Amino acid sequence: MSRRTISGAGPFAAAPVLTVLVMLGPVAAGLAGTLLPAFGYLPAAGLDAVSLDPFRDLADWPGLWPAMRLSVTTGLAATLLALGGVALLFAGWSGTRAFRALERLLSPLLSVPHAAMAFGLAFLIAPSGWIARALSPWATGWERPPDLLIVQDPWGIALTMGLVAKEMPFLLLMALAALGQTDARRRLRVAQAAGYGRVAGWLKAVFPGIYAQIRLPVYVVLAYSMSVVDVALILGPSTPPPLSVQVVRWMSDPDLSMRLVASAAALLQLALVLGALALWRLGEALVARLGLAWIERGARARLADRVLRPLGVVSGGFSAAVILAGLAGLAVWSLAGFWSFPEPLPRGFTAQNWMRHGPGAWEATGLTALVALASVGLALALVVGCLEAEYRRGRALSQAGLWLIYLPLLVPQIAFLPGLQTLLLVLGFGAGPGPVILGHLVFVLPYVFLSLGDPWRAWDGRAGTVARALGAGPLRVLLRVRLPMLIRPLLTAAAVGVAVSVGQYLPTLLVGGGRVPTLTTEAVALASGGDRRAIGVYGVAQTLAVMVPFAAALMLPALIYRNRRGLHG
Amino acid sequence: MTPFQTARTLALAASLALPAPLALAQAPDPADWAQVTEAAEGQTVYWHAWGGDTATNDFISWVGDRVMAEHGVTLEHVKLSDTGDAVTRVLSEKQAGEDADGAVDLIWINGPNFAAMKDAGILFGPFAEDLPNWQYVDVDGKTVQTDFTVPTEGLEAPWAMAQVVFMYDTADIEGPLPSAEAIRDWAANNPGRFTYPQPPDFLGATFLKQTLIELVDDNAVLGAPVDEADFQAVTAPLWDYLDALTPNLWRQGRAYPASGPAQIQLLADDEIDLAISFNPNEASRNIAQFKLPETIRTFVLEDGTLGNASFVAIPYNSGSKAGAMVVANYLMSPEAQVRAQDPEVLGYNTVLDMQALSDEQRAAFDALELGVATLSPAELGRVQPEPHPSWMTRVTEEWIERYGVVQ
Amino acid sequence: MAEGLRLEEVVICQGGAPLVSLDAAVRPGEVLSVMGPSGVGKSTILSLITGSLAPVFHFEGRVLLDGEEITAKPAEARRIGILFQDDLLFPHLSVAQNLAFGLAPGGSRAARRARIEEGLCEIGLEGFGPRDPATLSGGQKARVALMRMLLSDPRALLLDEAFSGLDQGLRAQMRRLVFEHARARALPVLMVTHDPEDAEAAGGRVVDLGSGGSGG
Repeated sequence: MSRRTISGAGPFAAAPVLTVLVMLGPVAAGLAGTLLPAFGYLPAAGLDAVSLDPFRDLADWPGLWPAMRLSVTTGLAATLLALGGVALLFAGWSGTRAFRALERLLSPLLSVPHAAMAFGLAFLIAPSGWIARALSPWATGWERPPDLLIVQDPWGIALTMGLVAKEMPFLLLMALAALGQTDARRRLRVAQAAGYGRVAGWLKAVFPGIYAQIRLPVYVVLAYSMSVVDVALILGPSTPPPLSVQVVRWMSDPDLSMRLVASAAALLQLALVLGALALWRLGEALVARLGLAWIERGARARLADRVLRPLGVVSGGFSAAVILAGLAGLAVWSLAGFWSFPEPLPRGFTAQNWMRHGPGAWEATGLTALVALASVGLALALVVGCLEAEYRRGRALSQAGLWLIYLPLLVPQIAFLPGLQTLLLVLGFGAGPGPVILGHLVFVLPYVFLSLGDPWRAWDGRAGTVARALGAGPLRVLLRVRLPMLIRPLLTAAAVGVAVSVGQYLPTLLVGGGRVPTLTTEAVALASGGDRRAIGVYGVAQTLAVMVPFAAALMLPALIYRNRRGLHG
Repeated sequence: MTPFQTARTLALAASLALPAPLALAQAPDPADWAQVTEAAEGQTVYWHAWGGDTATNDFISWVGDRVMAEHGVTLEHVKLSDTGDAVTRVLSEKQAGEDADGAVDLIWINGPNFAAMKDAGILFGPFAEDLPNWQYVDVDGKTVQTDFTVPTEGLEAPWAMAQVVFMYDTADIEGPLPSAEAIRDWAANNPGRFTYPQPPDFLGATFLKQTLIELVDDNAVLGAPVDEADFQAVTAPLWDYLDALTPNLWRQGRAYPASGPAQIQLLADDEIDLAISFNPNEASRNIAQFKLPETIRTFVLEDGTLGNASFVAIPYNSGSKAGAMVVANYLMSPEAQVRAQDPEVLGYNTVLDMQALSDEQRAAFDALELGVATLSPAELGRVQPEPHPSWMTRVTEEWIERYGVVQ
Repeated sequence: MAEGLRLEEVVICQGGAPLVSLDAAVRPGEVLSVMGPSGVGKSTILSLITGSLAPVFHFEGRVLLDGEEITAKPAEARRIGILFQDDLLFPHLSVAQNLAFGLAPGGSRAARRARIEEGLCEIGLEGFGPRDPATLSGGQKARVALMRMLLSDPRALLLDEAFSGLDQGLRAQMRRLVFEHARARALPVLMVTHDPEDAEAAGGRVVDLGSGGSGG
């Protein structure tokens, strides 16, 4: 008599290994490519004296302290505000009609590219921006824009606001996914029955469960906000800029010794992010302890609702309003004739801007689509392989596995992409779409995995049992039953992947060697020129490039399976 | 305005210099033009050029159409946000041993970036003076054979002349300001209404140089490389001047526009009344395109303003050198030069010698009208020569230390 | 006894601890009812027989179908039909396509179509082929699921709480239909249920896993 089990992952066993390689290989290689030059070792440039000089040079840069401070303060503030806003929105409003309306408004905004959002916000809040125009001169008395330092302020407030507005939809969707698994509605009902105010009850009874599940996404927001480049270029200060922007500047210096300083600064950026994550972790423990004490005191805090509920809806509305008004501003500029301060609208509308920049934008759209579709196709194949292997082995993703998936999102791009660029060159990969596709894959994979994982696992395995019992082999079950039944989440995951790919700035710029002009790199290049009409055209094109796939993901299943009500539940 | 955002340190690049001809074995000989055009057909040329100015982008796109029609060369404009990126790319490729088909085929360049590439030995050539259209170039009257005092030695081909002018809003400023001191005094009376692009932006650095020339008694010292021992003494008047000017700048000097066009947007939004430009025609063109109000005019300083030429160069490892030479040659053609000088297109002054042209060709130039805000050649006055590139580099470094990281 | 389904000293363990054990034989045309409270491992036995036992479980013993051991065979080669509480019709396929999915391969296209239409007639759903399964009533769906299973030409039939999702009237009707078809095809039937009425209607032997483990 023997002890036996059934099954095994079969041909899909290789998928998880391959996925980890594709996802973490570039990160590890890139980090190595950053580490060595940071200690003076760049033999290809004839520099092989290992020393701490690059760090000494870095320390001598007079902008170092303000640049570091900016990175830390904007990152922590943006994460705290975005998380707080989302928590208040949920606490005060989840389950209400207003909440559903905001949810429906914010979800698609998740995919708006960061750069387009930043342009929109900049034009909105500048002293000569849309808000000032709308109020001038009748309310403000301004005939000319006031000399106020609003955008690019040295404290990074505009940058922080932009990040908050952009990250709130992300955390909102992550929290929504977690909500289903925490039995939030009944927990809140219990708390309210015990006489707790809505906000206090939610924070005490539901929030701890939600936070445990969105902890990694929150870390992603923190790491991202501290090291973002494109948004900081547009909204952040420049005297000095945040550390990550300065790294890019040093990287592009023809003086190769500046690459050593750039590598040292990239390592410093990595250390800052790790330090901030540790600090956040400590903060979590502190808040947990204070929260427990608060819960034990049993305060019902019903009056707090009067302040906190409006605050929640304002924070959600802020994010939606900023992004939507920003996009509207881009659209208006893309059609604007002459438009002087303080006129609230252009004197005339013209298609001239689109005729001029349309062809270029269209060409960039082609490359953008090529890179996005290829990287998303590869990502889908790998993710489906991983999930199928996981299903066949009957083992759920471990906590360690989840960390692996989040790792490329937690390591600042600026810490490993420069090293990766040098490495690719050394290996003899020519610049072009190929390496860029692989570069995008690193960031597309995690999001596709996170997006598809839950619906994949939620699929009723008995459908597979029935199909097997009917004589279908495992591959036929996958192709004929499981994939068609999961068509909707598959297309949604693809749309998420496309949005991630379209929005990538640094990987396209650094890995592509400038030969792969996508909508995002073109738009950021135009940003340095400040031609709002051209930026408007590219910003609108960029937004369309992510919105169209989402619309397709919604409409295609309805079209293909228009007579199959059971798929549209 | 011109594309080059940054001033650079030359020392290290120079130390990297390798023996000069690297991968020239299969390179076409520019003197044998028939062979060049034959090799160029079907090639794709990646022209790395600053992409922040949409008028220039349109012009490059037009050049692409023309060289495709005439020579079957595909021109791809790689829009840079910083010309240094392309220089770095070529240097990286050299490190990596990519000597045959690099990413950059043609690069819009001058000043410190040119000096860095020349010293590092990563330029193809000499080729420029063997191109057929070199016969039209005004070698005697225009600074087309030196770039910031550095001899070009045929390693780059000129395609446009630029000169510093100041754009001002006649609705807010009564008339031209004759000197740097006058600008400072006007700013003191009108705080927050003037700024310049943030160095190391090329135009911002140009403002520093222009001011330095104004304030230094003996300009001869600027023609030679920086002598560190004298640097502080020579530049002291500039820093005194900026210390007085900065609190009266837009945003009190705590923020600066990123580039020339970003500065134009501020002028259009009426956030500022005065701005520097490296293209005498830029104001007129923007008025014609409804991007600036009709009240904008231009002036030059009484002692003259800086002028220089814009060039294109070919990296040593370009895989399409023949195609790149065809483009460089076309840029110097009377046809392309007329278009570049057309105020509605770009408005850069030509590099060609009118006497070398045929009557018909000359007539095309004569037919161009001056823009509403463009000064005539006589009004533009004296052109000041560029200082040695090391001045741009050092002054920019010093500026960053004093004003660029203060917050 | 070679004919029928036989479970020989089957023990299923989870993490080394025995979860459930069963030693039983079901003759062709016979129904064996396995009863017991939820969590006792009834369905786990069925997944062992169909070949979908999760890797967290280990098992000892043998499962024989018509004298041949099947536990090493892949699930799709065992020819063991199963019906669950839910119909589990594939929502992306029409009724006819669902049946075609089940129908054993081979035969001309026309012959296959004819066989499917015949099957629809047998369950009183003539002409329902092009319909979207989601538009069918609960009883209709259950019948399509049954016919889809029968068309795959199984050699044994497993029922996993197959009737508990239906309301009272339908339940009796469905039981009758299933047992009739099983008897007509001389299929051994292993039924897992918690409803005594199911066992009573089946009329065969009953094993109660809740009251002291294995029986025979």
